[in-house]
Amino acid sequence: MFENIDLSLVNWSRGQFALTAVYHWLFVPLTLGLSFIIAMMETIYVRTGDPEWKRITKFWMKLFGINFAIGVATGIILEFEFGTNWSAYSWFVGDIFGAPLAIEGIMAFFLESTFIAVMFFGWNKVSKKFHLASTWLVAIGANLSALWILVANAWMQNPTGMVFNPETARNEMHSFWEVLFNPVAADKFLHTITSGFVLASIFVVGISSWFLLKRREALMAKRSILIAGIFGLLSSVMLALTGDMSARTIAKYQPVKFTSFEALYKGTANAPLVAAGILRKDGEKVGERHLPSFVFRIEIPGFLSMLTGGDRDAYVPGIYDYIYGNPERGIMSFSEKKERGEVARKALQDYKTAVDKGEKVRARELAEQFTSAGFRENYFRYFGYAYIDKAEDIIPDVKVSFYTFHLMVMLGFLFILQFAVVLWLLYSGNLERHRWWLWVMLFSIPLPYLAGELGWVLAEMGRQPWIIQDLMPVHMGVTNLKAGNVQVTFWLFAILFTALLSAEVSIMVKQIRKGPAKKEEE
Amino acid sequence: MTAIISHAFLQGYWWVIVSLLASLLVFLLFVQGGQTFIFSLPQDEVRKRMIINTLGRKWEFTFTTLVTFGGAFFASFPLFYATSFGGAYWVWMAILFSFIIQAVAYEYRSKPGNIFGTRTYDVFLLINGSAGPLLLGTAVATFFTGANFTLDAMNRVQWNSPWHGLEALASFRNLSLGFAVMFLARINGLLFIIKTIDDKELQEKATGKLVMNSLFFLVFFLYFVITLLTSEGYAINPADGKIYMEKFKYLRNFIGMFHVLILFLAGTVAVLYGIYTAIAGKSQSSIWFTGPGTIMVVFSLFMILGFGNTSFYPSSSDLQSSLTIYKASSGLFTLRTMMYVSFVIPFVITYIWFAWRAITLRKITDQEIKNDDHAY
Repeated sequence: MFENIDLSLVNWSRGQFALTAVYHWLFVPLTLGLSFIIAMMETIYVRTGDPEWKRITKFWMKLFGINFAIGVATGIILEFEFGTNWSAYSWFVGDIFGAPLAIEGIMAFFLESTFIAVMFFGWNKVSKKFHLASTWLVAIGANLSALWILVANAWMQNPTGMVFNPETARNEMHSFWEVLFNPVAADKFLHTITSGFVLASIFVVGISSWFLLKRREALMAKRSILIAGIFGLLSSVMLALTGDMSARTIAKYQPVKFTSFEALYKGTANAPLVAAGILRKDGEKVGERHLPSFVFRIEIPGFLSMLTGGDRDAYVPGIYDYIYGNPERGIMSFSEKKERGEVARKALQDYKTAVDKGEKVRARELAEQFTSAGFRENYFRYFGYAYIDKAEDIIPDVKVSFYTFHLMVMLGFLFILQFAVVLWLLYSGNLERHRWWLWVMLFSIPLPYLAGELGWVLAEMGRQPWIIQDLMPVHMGVTNLKAGNVQVTFWLFAILFTALLSAEVSIMVKQIRKGPAKKEEE
Repeated sequence: MTAIISHAFLQGYWWVIVSLLASLLVFLLFVQGGQTFIFSLPQDEVRKRMIINTLGRKWEFTFTTLVTFGGAFFASFPLFYATSFGGAYWVWMAILFSFIIQAVAYEYRSKPGNIFGTRTYDVFLLINGSAGPLLLGTAVATFFTGANFTLDAMNRVQWNSPWHGLEALASFRNLSLGFAVMFLARINGLLFIIKTIDDKELQEKATGKLVMNSLFFLVFFLYFVITLLTSEGYAINPADGKIYMEKFKYLRNFIGMFHVLILFLAGTVAVLYGIYTAIAGKSQSSIWFTGPGTIMVVFSLFMILGFGNTSFYPSSSDLQSSLTIYKASSGLFTLRTMMYVSFVIPFVITYIWFAWRAITLRKITDQEIKNDDHAY
């Protein structure tokens, strides 16, 4: 049914989607967070009438606009790439996946695009309050759009709220609320938007630090640091909390991903948390694949059991449990899941044969099987395993998962510390005297970008080989094209995005150096 | 209430919504149409900036409508999304490329440090303005003339041309709709410039350009409509759901759906009257006729495409692979859920109108451009 798929095509298609997503995520988090920071600044302006706050708001708004445009450009590509490069996937789950994308357009994009025009061009055309409302609506619209696309992404990580229809050979939604309130979606949304808030706050603090280092615009810089520092501190604490929630959810719904970012192979009670470590290639073998082993690690004894089970004696399964099974703990082996998946696949093939032969009764019986809860839970749930040959193929790249996760977490904690220090220095009136700290904040600007990208690499590479967890491996979802087509568009996108990113950074730097406009008469 | 809302009703309902979005999109292509004049219309830099700024305050609407059109198609007719986007790969990629470069062009063109220079971004606007409508129109023409695909038992698409959609450009019938859309976008673009910019010289020059653009539009539009009404179309046999070729299919659909024919004719008259009032009467508000006229014409074309037992995305290489609104749609539950979501659309339209009006209440002047620190 899905034989003869060109792996080169799959890899180029993955590469193209990853390229677009990585570029998109360079711009979106700043939009998510900066929109709220601007809204807060403008609120103070409207409440106090102090024209300096208007100047500050307009300065950050200008940087917001430069960043926003390119975020929009890369975003449209992501939406359409589901169709252009993952058309088999789009059909298999379009009944469910398309809805959040459409709602995103209707409810969020129009809100954002309508009021952004008022925000940029309405200063002298609408009342102060209307303008302020527009700025808040832009922030809400931007974050609402994140909600819907993350609901869609969460569904791929934990498919729920649907039944398979053999007649149309696709999954169909049967509960919108299950899709919307998917536990993975809630964690993912909160963790993702707070990461955007932190990034924007570091961005504002970092650039304001540069103004202080240059002894320019001290009032603007300090006020900006105050707003972004408080927003950033609260957001970075939330980021850590939502990160913890997210890890627990992954342990429950994507356990192989969880074990791979912890590099935990053998399940155990009193499982230690690896705070840091270095992996080398040649560890134990699973099938034909070597899993990396630790050269060195710093562990916190029993902490992983505490975090996932709430108890030091809680058992934390390892990768081997999911490969070879652990009946004592009720964990099924890969081979058993594969057998069950093959039962589901055969039922689908039998259904198609019955339809082709005109055996209506047999076809109806087989179709009804797919709607029965027992068949769904015991067989169809493992449908994707029928298309995976070897047990080791269900293990994602452990090194990538481990390093991306640990580096991201370390950076997350660093941000809390940075915001606390900068706020303390500002409060004590010593910020300008600690110039080294201002330099630290300036050079920290790339760090939340790095953390955000690491998070997405972990989320997407950590769930391999699945495009839809347990239901569809990535190679089944690809559009049937010659790989050469995708290679060409990959390089075209790479060149175009890089050129536009260079322009964006260059414009940003110029605008920052130029600083805010001259003081306005209110 | 849910019991009386059948799957067939919802498939029709969503076809109407998608058609409405498509019609709005074609009207909003006035931004693209206007962009094609940034080199030929203004006599100096200030006027050029006035044009770019009046269009630049609306580019997001076109963009968002395009994205929502894609999202709505994905949600309601996922098999079309998978078939057309996956199969006609190069056409859609070309359209996307033209929109990427537009998104940054406005914001970056006049900013210091933009690396490639203002002219590059202006050329981006020109490319988007010409290629965007032309390719979109040509792609939509294949909804009537057929595309080169087959679907297997699992509904996976196989495109039967190595050009992956670009082969549509080799058909003059397809191209004629592409050019008609492009020239219509240019006409609406000129009328929008006339309506929103307070500059006599610019308005006069724009009015002058209307004549040739209207002629070209009429030639291509009439060619497409005449061939449409006289050609065979892709019909569904209601008895067994099989697709077959029917003579004068689209003409029969118009006759069978008389209210749609009235809408089509009224839309055409509104467009022509709008052009006439602008050229002969020097009206500055003609877009109030051509805009709704555009929406009515496009909407009625989509109506004869989706209804009347017609395939809306026919396959020219395998008739039975052709897509109908029944075969390509989402399930009952999804369409019903999305219908509830669609109830917010009037609210969305209301706030768009409110915000749009607040921004465009006063015409753009050269003083405004000189004094606005966010001007493009």
